Amino acid sequence: MASDPLIEVRGLVKSFTLHTQGGVVLPVLDGVDLSVEGGECVVLDGPSGSGKSTLLRSLYANYKPQGGSIRVRHRGTVVDLVSASPHRVLDVRKHTIGYVSQFLRAIPRVPALDVVAEPLRMLGVPAEAAAAKAAALLDRLRVPEPMRSLAPATFSGGEQQRVNIARSFVVDYPILLLDEPTAALDAENRATVVQIIREAIARGAAVVGIFHDAEVRDSVGDRIYRLTGYTAAA
Amino acid sequence: MRGYNFAYLDEQTKRMIRRAILKAVAVPGYQVPFGSREMPLPFGWGTGGIQVTASIIGADDVLKVIDQGADDTTNAVSIRRFFALTTGVRTTEETAEASIIQTRHRIPEKPLTADQILVYQVPIPEPLRWLEARETETRKMHALAEYGVMHVKLYEDIATHGRIATSYNYPVLVNERHVMAPSPIPKFDNPKMDHMPALQLFGAGREKRIYAVPPYTDVKSLDFEDYPFEKQTWEHACALCGSRDSYLDEVVTDDRGGRMFVCSDTDYCAERRDAGHVGTGAPVTYGADAAE
Amino acid sequence: MSEHPQTLLTVTGLTRHFGRVVGCEDVGFDLWPGEVLGVVGESGSGKTTLLNCLSGILEPTAGTVSYTDRTGQVQDLYAISEPRRRFLMRTDWGMVHQNPRDGVRMRVSAGANIGERLMAVGARRYGDIRAEAGAWMERVEMDLDRMDDMPRTFSGGMLQRLQIARNLVSKPRLVFMDEPTGGLDVSVQARLLDLLRRLVTDLGLAAVVVTHDLAVVRLLAHRLAVMRRGRVVETGLTDQVLDDPQHPYTQLLVSSVLQT
Repeated sequence: MASDPLIEVRGLVKSFTLHTQGGVVLPVLDGVDLSVEGGECVVLDGPSGSGKSTLLRSLYANYKPQGGSIRVRHRGTVVDLVSASPHRVLDVRKHTIGYVSQFLRAIPRVPALDVVAEPLRMLGVPAEAAAAKAAALLDRLRVPEPMRSLAPATFSGGEQQRVNIARSFVVDYPILLLDEPTAALDAENRATVVQIIREAIARGAAVVGIFHDAEVRDSVGDRIYRLTGYTAAA
Repeated sequence: MRGYNFAYLDEQTKRMIRRAILKAVAVPGYQVPFGSREMPLPFGWGTGGIQVTASIIGADDVLKVIDQGADDTTNAVSIRRFFALTTGVRTTEETAEASIIQTRHRIPEKPLTADQILVYQVPIPEPLRWLEARETETRKMHALAEYGVMHVKLYEDIATHGRIATSYNYPVLVNERHVMAPSPIPKFDNPKMDHMPALQLFGAGREKRIYAVPPYTDVKSLDFEDYPFEKQTWEHACALCGSRDSYLDEVVTDDRGGRMFVCSDTDYCAERRDAGHVGTGAPVTYGADAAE
Repeated sequence: MSEHPQTLLTVTGLTRHFGRVVGCEDVGFDLWPGEVLGVVGESGSGKTTLLNCLSGILEPTAGTVSYTDRTGQVQDLYAISEPRRRFLMRTDWGMVHQNPRDGVRMRVSAGANIGERLMAVGARRYGDIRAEAGAWMERVEMDLDRMDDMPRTFSGGMLQRLQIARNLVSKPRLVFMDEPTGGLDVSVQARLLDLLRRLVTDLGLAAVVVTHDLAVVRLLAHRLAVMRRGRVVETGLTDQVLDDPQHPYTQLLVSSVLQT
């Protein structure tokens, strides 16, 4: 395995100050260290409230840590997401990190096929090629053709989740962050998603995920990273 | 006339207006503000033109005044009398004989010469006014030659009428720099302004602006490449003199749809008739009675 | 003068006072090509003053706005000549007002409205101007049959589309928007937002969008600046500012609205 990690977290500190509630401070992460190499899948584990989601969101720069560093390999350089400018972070998200959230943030009126193809279009892939790749993924995920021209806002939870997954896997991101990607799926689709995740790992992607489903966790995870609450265990 | 200065205005005022005129001549098409005076007739009756004429007229000048091409309308007669009274200069109805021609809404058909001056009466000097109400903004647009909006108006004409329907006060670009309102002359007269040997002065009394086109200056009517400027044409010849190349007025001759087309330039028409040209003399008839 | 020659807009220390009243105070940021910056805050927070200072409409009391033009030259907006600034404003830049009546000529047809910028830069073939206007009407999803209609016969949503087309026809690189979906019905808002989003992406437009509607910036803006009493109190990635707001005022703002 490569010795150079794709993600290197050192001393990550994240707390929330609730100014609207009298300035209460909720410490969540305190000195988290984590390295993830290409071709491995790290499963975040721990009780509810232990900071799994907070860590995952911090890795996407969706949350803003107070201290430490999150160094990711990005197009031949190393970028610290904690201190990088928003402009830089956007570039990292565009090329390097894919993120599957629990819920699809549906854009009104945009057809499912376009939602899925959009990350490719942003990278400058021609419309036809992007659409073809998006369609192939939606095929695998059993989103029937007639639905693809509809906006996902009206889809069921499971259908939205599959569109969401397709959107994040349509680009071969070097890093993938997965927040309960199979939560709303039936067995058949769950198996497909597991297969897709394994393919990503096989091509060398570094994957970090939260999976409540033990079966999924066992079939994709190489390693478990346990968070215990306020102070993370190594 | 006793009690009044020559040409009614006092010499200081004339001097002020002459300075405005000089500036206007120096910057062709540019509207020069001036201190417009109260005249013994209301604004809108040609006070701008009268003040310009009063400032340039001398004892040796010969004055012609036309209104819509005619020398004998109320406005033309009043102004001609006004100057006859206040200056004692000779007046005329013959275009060729005049050294100063004050006009409302026409340019004479007979080409003007380098020793003549044409003075226009102007109601609204600002060609951009239809689109922009603020004077500060229109001045800035002139200063920066931001004239795109003028074509918006022409575009609108074509979109609505299938052609540029603006038929009078048709905007022109002077000396390749300033867009100018030629006063409400028919666009038929626009080509006459281009490289005219005579000096053209424009006075707007109510709006307090003077502008000018010096002799032999480029005056281009705005247009589109695929909808070029065209002047009006008529199917008919002048019923009186048979002219086919002059601007014709439509005159109603009876209450049964009878019409007659005659030269709007009365002097031009009369001169042609004196030279032996004749029209059909017959009214053109439209409608149900035409078959009789 | 800019440390980031590739930025489209570099703003430093931008301040505007109205007598003793502070419009905006010491605002600075960079904007890159293709990037959309959202500016949020309550009424009176200085958003519109900032937008006016950025877009060349209102001269700031202090600070600079530097724009990198198509040739790579950096232009200090308030140091260049007025003709140059006005030329930039009607070619390289666009301005979408909240009330489309402020940005549309109500007395000329839709087609003429869209064609104006083309004519302003010298287009003199009626047929070409009309074809281009038609293409833009389709692009903003307006019915081509309405091309010769007067704007006063249009609905609010249509007027806003017209205003957008009228701006984009000159292929600007930077568009300023002041509450672009304000005053519209919710269903119309959604369609317009979607249209704006698509146009911004397809054309690679950079934009500064001022709004008090967090849903608008969530969909449109890459980055966010939160303004309060004329100052920027927080900036960052849009989703980060909305999901993990740091400043007390931002937290209040985010918690005061329904989930976006």
